[in-house]
Amino acid sequence: MSALHIKKGATRHSAYNLRPTFSDVQERHTIAVLVENEPGVLARVIGLFSGRGYNIESLTVAEVDHTGHLSRITIVTTGTPQVIEQIKAQLGRIVTVHDVHDLTVEGPSVERELAIIKVVGEGDKRVEALRLADIFRANVVDSTLNSFIFEITGAPDKIDAFADLMRPLGLVEIARTGVAALLRGD
Amino acid sequence: MTREMTGAKMVVQALKDQGVDTVFGYPGGAVLPIYDEIFLQNDIRHILVRHEQGAIHAAEGYARSTGKPGVALVTSGPGATNAVTGLTDALLDSIPLVVLTGQVPTFMIGSDAFQEADTVGITRPCTKHNWLVKDTDSLAETMHEAFHVATSGRPGPVLIDIPKDVQFASGEYTSPKPSTSHYQPVLKGDLEEITELVAAMETAKKPVFYTGGGVINSGPAASQLLRELVDATGIPITSTLMGLGAYPASGENWLGMLGMHGLYEANLAMHDCDLMINIGARFDDRITGRIDAFSPNSKKAHIDIDPSSINKVIRVDIPIVGDVAHVLEDILKIWKSRGRKTDAANVKQWQNQIAEWRKINCLAYANSEKSIKPQYALQRLEELTKKHDRYITTEVGQHQMWAAQYLGFEDPNRWMTSGGLGTMGYGFPASIGVQMAHPDALVINVAGEASWLMNMQEMGTAAQYRLPVKQFILNNERLGMVRQWQELLHGERYSHSWSEALPDFVKLAEAFGAKGILCSDPADLDDAIMEMINYDGPVIFDCLVEKHENCFPMIPSGKAHNEMLLGEAETQGVIDSKGSVLV
Repeated sequence: MSALHIKKGATRHSAYNLRPTFSDVQERHTIAVLVENEPGVLARVIGLFSGRGYNIESLTVAEVDHTGHLSRITIVTTGTPQVIEQIKAQLGRIVTVHDVHDLTVEGPSVERELAIIKVVGEGDKRVEALRLADIFRANVVDSTLNSFIFEITGAPDKIDAFADLMRPLGLVEIARTGVAALLRGD
Repeated sequence: MTREMTGAKMVVQALKDQGVDTVFGYPGGAVLPIYDEIFLQNDIRHILVRHEQGAIHAAEGYARSTGKPGVALVTSGPGATNAVTGLTDALLDSIPLVVLTGQVPTFMIGSDAFQEADTVGITRPCTKHNWLVKDTDSLAETMHEAFHVATSGRPGPVLIDIPKDVQFASGEYTSPKPSTSHYQPVLKGDLEEITELVAAMETAKKPVFYTGGGVINSGPAASQLLRELVDATGIPITSTLMGLGAYPASGENWLGMLGMHGLYEANLAMHDCDLMINIGARFDDRITGRIDAFSPNSKKAHIDIDPSSINKVIRVDIPIVGDVAHVLEDILKIWKSRGRKTDAANVKQWQNQIAEWRKINCLAYANSEKSIKPQYALQRLEELTKKHDRYITTEVGQHQMWAAQYLGFEDPNRWMTSGGLGTMGYGFPASIGVQMAHPDALVINVAGEASWLMNMQEMGTAAQYRLPVKQFILNNERLGMVRQWQELLHGERYSHSWSEALPDFVKLAEAFGAKGILCSDPADLDDAIMEMINYDGPVIFDCLVEKHENCFPMIPSGKAHNEMLLGEAETQGVIDSKGSVLV
């Protein structure tokens, strides 16, 4: 839980000292935000992104510490280095935010996502879907005579790849959880 | 210590325990239990405003002139939505406020009940933080935490939404104790960065201090330390609109305000300096002008308590996150311990260069014997009031900029103006809040007639509490700043920028039992101002001024600091199409 070694508001190790800013390159960052689990806290985070015009590519949230009353929000966002630094600083300003972690900078990190995918088909296509699912280590969690629901866990691009393969085989619906991520090591 | 009491009583008790003496508010159905408790006690004065927006601006005026948090109390629904402009104003200017709103009872929330609004939802982006209190037992703690959040770190407005059943129910009251919440902003700056700044100050040839509202917010000690540092180093100092008074206008190293309508010497010093030391300012777009041409050759240091201010607009070389007073104390300590060094010869030359720029006399204007020039009116106001214990508030527009240019502020907390949000209608209620906090002081709201009309209902408040606030209205029968931009940017097509059907301000004053003074002749101006000062009661001073005067100097939109306009002759075709999309 104390994975963020950068103390909120500290200067020496502040995030804005870490990398050159003000470049035009769009970067993709995974940011973990530890928040007090109170009503409205998600609205504060989302409102910050919409109000200041930042991107959200994916967002997950769930309570991670019941006794400490803390939730973890994992946000995947894109922006120039300057925008990314602003996002982190602005998140840090929210009174109910305890910690902000840029996993992309502090990494390496492990990113996982879960998806469930419904594929409808018969004959060869159905067999082929099952064979590919096996290769991707996707599990069949529901089946009818002409459909499967697969469950697949992995990095987002692995899920993208699997979904792309399923499309010509009868993919009709997909639900994804968004990214959950942790730093590697201790 | 805990005691059993109703939620409504807790609210009043918590205000007392937090040292609150004045609350600005307006009653309504959802706050009646709290108003009942206010009725039953004498420690807290309640000031009945005439519109909730007025309550918030009055609380802002109170806060800015005392350094204490301002408190306002309004009802649910329309009471809360009317507070939104004031909350946003306080958020942008970092003014500590605690605003209490009533809410429909918890069991009716979400049912579109009478006077129900999603107050915490609506005010989430315009408060520093807000709370909906759903049970009475957590009310006292939330109240105390609200004061902690409003006043610590970068100050700002907070709001507590209190459903009516929570006000009626009983619970345990807890007295305030030092906050144990995780929200504890860092006050001390990093010593390595501070040492780097001191080293840069020692060798800088053309240094300048650029200070802002953060110095005022940090408290009187910050202004004292700033004065000591500036006078010991001889480094010239300019300030934003928000920071006026932190360093005295009569001080030797004072450059005047900078920015869009700032002084020539201040803006050129910012453009040409080799070391810029930003203390408690935020590189606002009114200050920087064109970003890529902003002070191109300087090393920049930035002292700010809010990490998100740093590198938000302008990339800086020496970032220092901390409270201004704490950081200034460390700067002085380190600078002294290293032998009080400056590059005196070059700094002297820099001062000489600034003195050359000053000779341009950028605030010069063509005076008239026929009509009152607004600049002249303010010069006379300055001359006739500067020896008084004086507080100035303003509305928003040309008069605001002229007031910042022509009035001199010797101390912090004497100048209350809507900087970030630019809220017309701010100044009058703010003057009421200031006068409540300083009953014997001379409180003047420098206004334009259009801004003033936006919250003119507060005449009722001024009259009811016999507040001797002076409404000094520079009446040009125009929305002066809008008119100026239309002249410069929109081919002199003055679309809806004149004030038609204006009231007779003298009769208006008399209708409220106040004094009205009309002045249109420069020869009568001094006597009229003296009459205003000497009248013991609220005054509306209708000063009919030249109608088409423009505010200069001016950095046009999309231009750099060294491309400023000094007067009418230079204004033709200066703002290109790229600049005209900027505000």
